[in-house]
Amino acid sequence: MRGLLNHRLFPALAMSAVVVLLPLVFPSAYYYRVAALVFVFALAAVGLNLLMGFAGQVSLGHAGFMGIGAYAVAIGPTHLNLPSWLAFVGGAGLSALVAFAVGRPILRLKGHYLAVATLGFGLLLAIAFSNEARFTGGPDGMAVPRLAVFGLSVRGAQAWYWITAASFLIGAVLSLNLIESPTGRALRAIHDSEVAARVLGVDVARMKLAIFVVSAVYASVAGSYFAFLNGHITPDVSGFLRSIELVAMVVLGGLGSVAGSLVGAALLVMLPQTLTSLHDYEHMALGLIIMVVMIFLRAGIVPTLARALRRA
Amino acid sequence: MTELLQFAFSGLTVGAVYALVALGFTLIYNSCDVINFAQGEFVMLGGMTTVFLGLAGVPLPLAACLAVVLTVAVGLALHRFAIEPARDSGAVVLIIITIGASIFLRGAAQVIFDKRFHTLPPFVGGEAIRVAGAAILPQSLVVLAGAVIILVLLCAFIERTLIGKAMVATAANEIAARLVGIDTRGVVGLSFAISAAIGAVAGILITPVALTSYDVGTLLALKGFAAAMLGGIGSAVGAVVGGLVLGLLEAYAAGYVSSQYKDAVAFLVILIVLLAMPRGLFGRAPVERV
Repeated sequence: MRGLLNHRLFPALAMSAVVVLLPLVFPSAYYYRVAALVFVFALAAVGLNLLMGFAGQVSLGHAGFMGIGAYAVAIGPTHLNLPSWLAFVGGAGLSALVAFAVGRPILRLKGHYLAVATLGFGLLLAIAFSNEARFTGGPDGMAVPRLAVFGLSVRGAQAWYWITAASFLIGAVLSLNLIESPTGRALRAIHDSEVAARVLGVDVARMKLAIFVVSAVYASVAGSYFAFLNGHITPDVSGFLRSIELVAMVVLGGLGSVAGSLVGAALLVMLPQTLTSLHDYEHMALGLIIMVVMIFLRAGIVPTLARALRRA
Repeated sequence: MTELLQFAFSGLTVGAVYALVALGFTLIYNSCDVINFAQGEFVMLGGMTTVFLGLAGVPLPLAACLAVVLTVAVGLALHRFAIEPARDSGAVVLIIITIGASIFLRGAAQVIFDKRFHTLPPFVGGEAIRVAGAAILPQSLVVLAGAVIILVLLCAFIERTLIGKAMVATAANEIAARLVGIDTRGVVGLSFAISAAIGAVAGILITPVALTSYDVGTLLALKGFAAAMLGGIGSAVGAVVGGLVLGLLEAYAAGYVSSQYKDAVAFLVILIVLLAMPRGLFGRAPVERV
């Protein structure tokens, strides 16, 4: 039992079980939709967690990459006559390119300076999306055509549940493998001390850039799914608040915990849905819950609970 | 030339408010290494409380004073109940706590006040003053004068009083400060109180020029943070210069480039400055212990 609990892929196994069992208790299509949203944000959070939890670099502009993915699947089919799956792949490629170009200079900055630079980057994209109305429909946003693969169009909350769940699980397994690889060890070394990592022969700049690109692709894929799922997108998808939300998901769930990203995403996606019954008090409750969780479960929800379980 | 001056006036007015918000960030950062994203909410509380006390029939000068007192109380509560219990956790955790606090305060304002835009009558009435063809509102001069007075008072307080010196000592080295008998916890609480007061005053000063509502805090926190980083975090001079530069940049970008892209231009310049000077304009060179 102990061996299983400590196995590298145990979190992936546990999360797969959750994915398969959840539909058994879903009373309506609405639950599939909310669950799909959770997986979408969890995917983006897993990517950001690679950057924040393992390499120790903050990004307050990751929603910018979600925006690139989202607008790629909206603009590609509408203005460029691309098939939507190609726009989806193209968006991920474009995000990787942008991350590569922007990451090189920006990642030289440290701590809060890196935070403000990434914040500025995300803001620039959001401003561009809301002002280039010819392509993006401006602040009102634009419609997103359905995803079609080989002539079959994807519709229905249930179909999206399985697609997003599968994508999330693939993303989670990839990141669990990456963490245990030599690259992952190099990243953790950077997190602990950049100077020490460099002394040990780690190419710090290249490692940071690589992980930044990977996390941008995660965010872009999540952004595309988000656009397909909603059928309509606005510049808010890449706004400052969205970036903050992603960071909050990672930290609430637990920095460096892949399962934590799922828990963090679930918390921040489902809370507003359940809190709507509180009407005006919704935001107060949300702020209060974030503060209380962070004060009492400092390492994040999953790592704190895991430690408590192990001790018991 | 007239145009140049006109944009400078509006840029400096907004920049003065950014500078005050950035100053609040700097004070708290220096005392306990926390980036307080609820700083913008202090500005909102100052403006909104004054407006609503005024509507309730309280004379405006008294309403303004009460608003500052209330905001200081909120700042102290934030420190006592949210920051202090999580004192020894990482920087990111503390930032998320202040973001939670800012969402909470915004939510509370939306319940206690309302969701509409509000304004205050200008402190000094009268026609716009003409300088070389450009017009400046008397209230803008009040904002600028207020910012200068706050800055002078703050400098005098820090350099001339024992408590101020305790703040400098805590900023320099917390453990050493505690060893010489300084109540560092009290100093951190005090820095939250002063930051809250500065934020509230900024909110009251700017409300007659720019409207206020329950959600103005987010944008101000974002701009104030950017200004503080532009100047170099931890430097009070940097915060003020950063704020004024950011305000001017926005005004000129709006005037000469495009009003829709004014934020974009401002952040582009910040990015370029940071890439050339990774510690901001006035930041100290880092010393990393391995």
